[in-house]
Amino acid sequence: MPTSTVKRTDLIFKKDIDYSAVMHKIMKMGKDEFIEELIDSGLRGRGGAGFPTGLKWKLVKAEQSPEKYIICNADEGEPGTFKDREILDNAAEKVIWGMTLAAYITGAKEGFIYIRAEYKYMQTKLRIAIDRMEQNIKALGIKFKLDLVFGAGAYICGEETALIHSMEGYRGEPTNKPPFPVTQGYLNKPTVVNNVETFVNAIIIAEIGAKEYKKLGTKASQGTKLFSVSGDCCKEGIFELEMGMTVQQFVDEFGDGDTKAVQVGGASGFCVPRKEFPNTIIGFEGVPTGGSMKVFNSSRSMYNTLENYLIFFEEESCGQCTPCRIGTQQLLMGIHAVKRKEKPKSYLDELLKLAQTMKFASKCGLGRSVGNAFGSIVTNFREEIIY
Amino acid sequence: MTNCEEFISQLANKYGRKRESLLAIIHEVINQYYYLSEESMTAIARELNMPAAEVYGTATFYTFFDTKPQGKYVIRVCQTIVCDMKRKEDIVDAIYELLRIKPGETTSDGKFSLYYTNCLGMCHEGPAMLINDEQYAKLTPESVKDILVNYMKK
Amino acid sequence: MSNLINVTINNIPLQVEEGKTILEAAKMLNIHIPVLCHHKDLCVAGNCRICVVEVEKDPYLVAACAIPVREGMNILTNTKKIRDARKHILELLLTEHNINCIKCCKSSSCELQNLALEYRLDEELFINLLQDIPVDDSSPAIIKDDTKCIRCTRCVRTCDELQGVNALAMSQKGRHTKMSTYLEKPLADVVCTNCGQCINRCPTGALTEKSYVEQVWEAIYDPSKFVVVQTAPAVRFAVGELFHVRPGARVTGRMVASLRAMGFDAVLDTDFTADLTIIEEGTELLTRLKKALVDRDKSVALPMFSSCSPGWIKFIEHQYPELLPNLSTCKSPQQMFGALAKTFYAKKREIDPANMVSVSIMPCTAKKFEANRPEMRDSGYKDVDYVLTTREFASMIHHSGIDVLTLKNEEFDNIMGASTGAAVIFGATGGVMEAALRTAYQIVTGKDVPFEGINITPIRGFQGVKQASLVIEGTLPEWKFLEGVELKVAVAHGLKNAHKLIQGLKSGEIEAHFVEIMACPGGCIGGGGQPIPTNIDIRTARMEGTYKADSKMLLRKSHENPEVQALYEEFLGKPNGHLSHELLHTYYTERFKY
Repeated sequence: MPTSTVKRTDLIFKKDIDYSAVMHKIMKMGKDEFIEELIDSGLRGRGGAGFPTGLKWKLVKAEQSPEKYIICNADEGEPGTFKDREILDNAAEKVIWGMTLAAYITGAKEGFIYIRAEYKYMQTKLRIAIDRMEQNIKALGIKFKLDLVFGAGAYICGEETALIHSMEGYRGEPTNKPPFPVTQGYLNKPTVVNNVETFVNAIIIAEIGAKEYKKLGTKASQGTKLFSVSGDCCKEGIFELEMGMTVQQFVDEFGDGDTKAVQVGGASGFCVPRKEFPNTIIGFEGVPTGGSMKVFNSSRSMYNTLENYLIFFEEESCGQCTPCRIGTQQLLMGIHAVKRKEKPKSYLDELLKLAQTMKFASKCGLGRSVGNAFGSIVTNFREEIIY
Repeated sequence: MTNCEEFISQLANKYGRKRESLLAIIHEVINQYYYLSEESMTAIARELNMPAAEVYGTATFYTFFDTKPQGKYVIRVCQTIVCDMKRKEDIVDAIYELLRIKPGETTSDGKFSLYYTNCLGMCHEGPAMLINDEQYAKLTPESVKDILVNYMKK
Repeated sequence: MSNLINVTINNIPLQVEEGKTILEAAKMLNIHIPVLCHHKDLCVAGNCRICVVEVEKDPYLVAACAIPVREGMNILTNTKKIRDARKHILELLLTEHNINCIKCCKSSSCELQNLALEYRLDEELFINLLQDIPVDDSSPAIIKDDTKCIRCTRCVRTCDELQGVNALAMSQKGRHTKMSTYLEKPLADVVCTNCGQCINRCPTGALTEKSYVEQVWEAIYDPSKFVVVQTAPAVRFAVGELFHVRPGARVTGRMVASLRAMGFDAVLDTDFTADLTIIEEGTELLTRLKKALVDRDKSVALPMFSSCSPGWIKFIEHQYPELLPNLSTCKSPQQMFGALAKTFYAKKREIDPANMVSVSIMPCTAKKFEANRPEMRDSGYKDVDYVLTTREFASMIHHSGIDVLTLKNEEFDNIMGASTGAAVIFGATGGVMEAALRTAYQIVTGKDVPFEGINITPIRGFQGVKQASLVIEGTLPEWKFLEGVELKVAVAHGLKNAHKLIQGLKSGEIEAHFVEIMACPGGCIGGGGQPIPTNIDIRTARMEGTYKADSKMLLRKSHENPEVQALYEEFLGKPNGHLSHELLHTYYTERFKY
């Protein structure tokens, strides 16, 4: 077995943190100073979109509003992604304290973990962890009330505006931005919405400092990242790795020796074919990812893979905007029609153009990203789609 | 007041008579009655002082909120890519052999409903399924039957 | 004055007020951006995506209707990327759409069709996704055809934001997303008020009125039938729009002429019964006040609510049944007319009412429901047989081959044809109240209502809830109990505002003796049966036309209407008398709220 070139880290699950001590340190340091520290750390949202976390907190802190909210986006639903579940299952305290930190910094008094219904089984455990945190912050003089809100089977609620609508008791439909949640979020109040892993990173940065944290990763993708590895692998599961490795490095470590493609970033990410492995960097400078890495060996049909993704998108499109609602149906039926020879091969080119329109004209990230998988699979595995 | 109306009135007391309580209340109604009946939707509309069409429209957006009668145990087998690669259809076939239901169907005794669902976040341990709130992973046709036999005894 | 922001659109520099959308900014330069889900009366949805434009440095196209301008924004509205996207969006919408355009009543006024023609979509690029969904024609007023729906949500937003009825909501998700009633029940079985505001804003033929044009032609062609027609006050200020006449232009004379030319046997005026309504309703109000103030009768329900608007009536029956005693028992002018046509008029013209067909032309779709109410048969027959909207009336003019613009003006027939300015203003929000005050004040004091030119301007205009009060002074002996009383009135238009007004009454924030409520925004001039499109500019023009016409009338108070006076002398006896109660008053029914 070749020597591993993938850099492992172990901050998220293993490391114990004395949360009260960390909070004391930050309270001494000052809110604005910590925000600068967070900005300096280079931490970007771990849900996939990658908005700088420090800047987000700064914006919410700057809002003049008696009510502000901290929301943890635990509506993990991206196919191939299970890191948030692992975190909540095994390191919920870090999430909860990350949220508490955000509340202290921004001046929010209330927070919610919006968690998908599929993860309801961990409800009791989470409530216990929340109670413990609420007990501990009394001594710190911080007021922060945290509650759980459950989704009900809608992938789109991972989109922050859809998530907020869902929390408010509405259909989980995204809205146009601006306004952004930082100014008009939950109940129209300034709101921090961060991914589970982002809160964990924030509390880690509070503990070890930006300087230490920045030693990990690359310039564009700093720090540590959890990867959800699955598919045709020699080992599957959650791995905490530095960002900035190439797909080749990843495949050498995790592949089964016969890897033909890696889907980076879930169904809404990109499919990287074998010939691109060496020069594709995993991170914001290359293929960005919320952490999902799905590995396909040469026995797999990329037509089936694409069809599976399209079924997913077609079912999970919220249905409000035209390009996404109808586009997802057309792409799915389109590849069926080409396969059945009801449409000529050239129809795939029409579908690629349609995928471009979906990317440019859809209302939210869902419709915009359908074209990623579609384009990269159809372009790289065209023969498999046709025959 | 019927039992159902009484139940929903209590939920409204517990969660507050505001729109933000809607999803939490529906979750509890489904736990109790396995689906959202017209009676329960009307009661929710009344308690939260919102239009009935809005309750219906909001509920039907969410896959886990059924407005048609469901089995006491709803089985949701993950259909998304990795579980698909790991032969989720064998799991569904095994369920059919035991319960005689296909995805979208409910057993005649009203005990089980079967659906395909999207990614459960158990890709590394697929194939996976949910039975109500419980997750089951690394399924084999045999293990599924064992799990279900236990539910049949409940 | 808010901040000005510098932007360029297609390289043309422009200063725009902060907060304006790209669409509004483009309009300032007369740059047209197509829209489908956007409607001036409604909040932003930004979901059809047809209005996408390019903004420099933004990797995505943005929805012009939804995105506000930013300082330094450089916007392009006509590029290949935009055009490709718009064509795709139209292609996609058409794959879901029931392209039965030739047979669709919205053909030629359909916004989707117009865009498809504009972009010359001539081949079917994508796969047909049309679903087989049955048409809901359960309602006597509104037809809902999901196969023509483009999910723009204008109807849902209308039903919610303007009307607060929420009979429609979006349901399901993904490809199943649709506009739905509660549990997909037929429209006839839900809280729909039949106001038709959704129809006015539907860009396609997904929501249309149920048409009775064929039945009316049948009646006209049948020599054994005597067909009378009445036309509502608001129709004459709007029907011209369907013949390229500017909104608000009064076309009464040509409207009458076209109806005669079409073959109606009698062309009569709802304005006549509008005046009659004022006498009956005004008398009822004074009676209620007397009972409350003099007799100290606690059972008298005050404030009294107007009852002319059938959308409002069904609304209160569903939403506030506890307030039904507050509703005036007066029928609407349409139904007073219907009851008199087959009694008084039939007798006078010596026609067997069994052979009469009573047709009304209304700015309204709810009137179709009203005419079908089982209680509306006091003449012994169905009082009003068929109700046509302004739009259906225009289509009949087209069928008949009449060039309406070249017709000479004609007058209504002289039985049930005369009217006053008070009846004319029934079409605008506040008009019924103003008409009632003009008459009631004069009955009580013998003098004109104390407003300049008897124009009661505080209750005119588009403010959602309007209030006014006047102190009654110099009362005649019979009305001494009202001396010095401050009469308070309130007016609302659009049912969302009705909610607000009623909440205000319940909380005590609003005090009133008499309340006028019209279901539609702006009153009947903005009715659900009026020409499409509708927006605040068009409604303003119709309203201005209405008040201008009133100001030019010789008779401007309902009790001055000579034919109404004659009607009481010859037939009814006295206001609120026995025969009035039999023919002109009605009762209401509590309906389900959910």
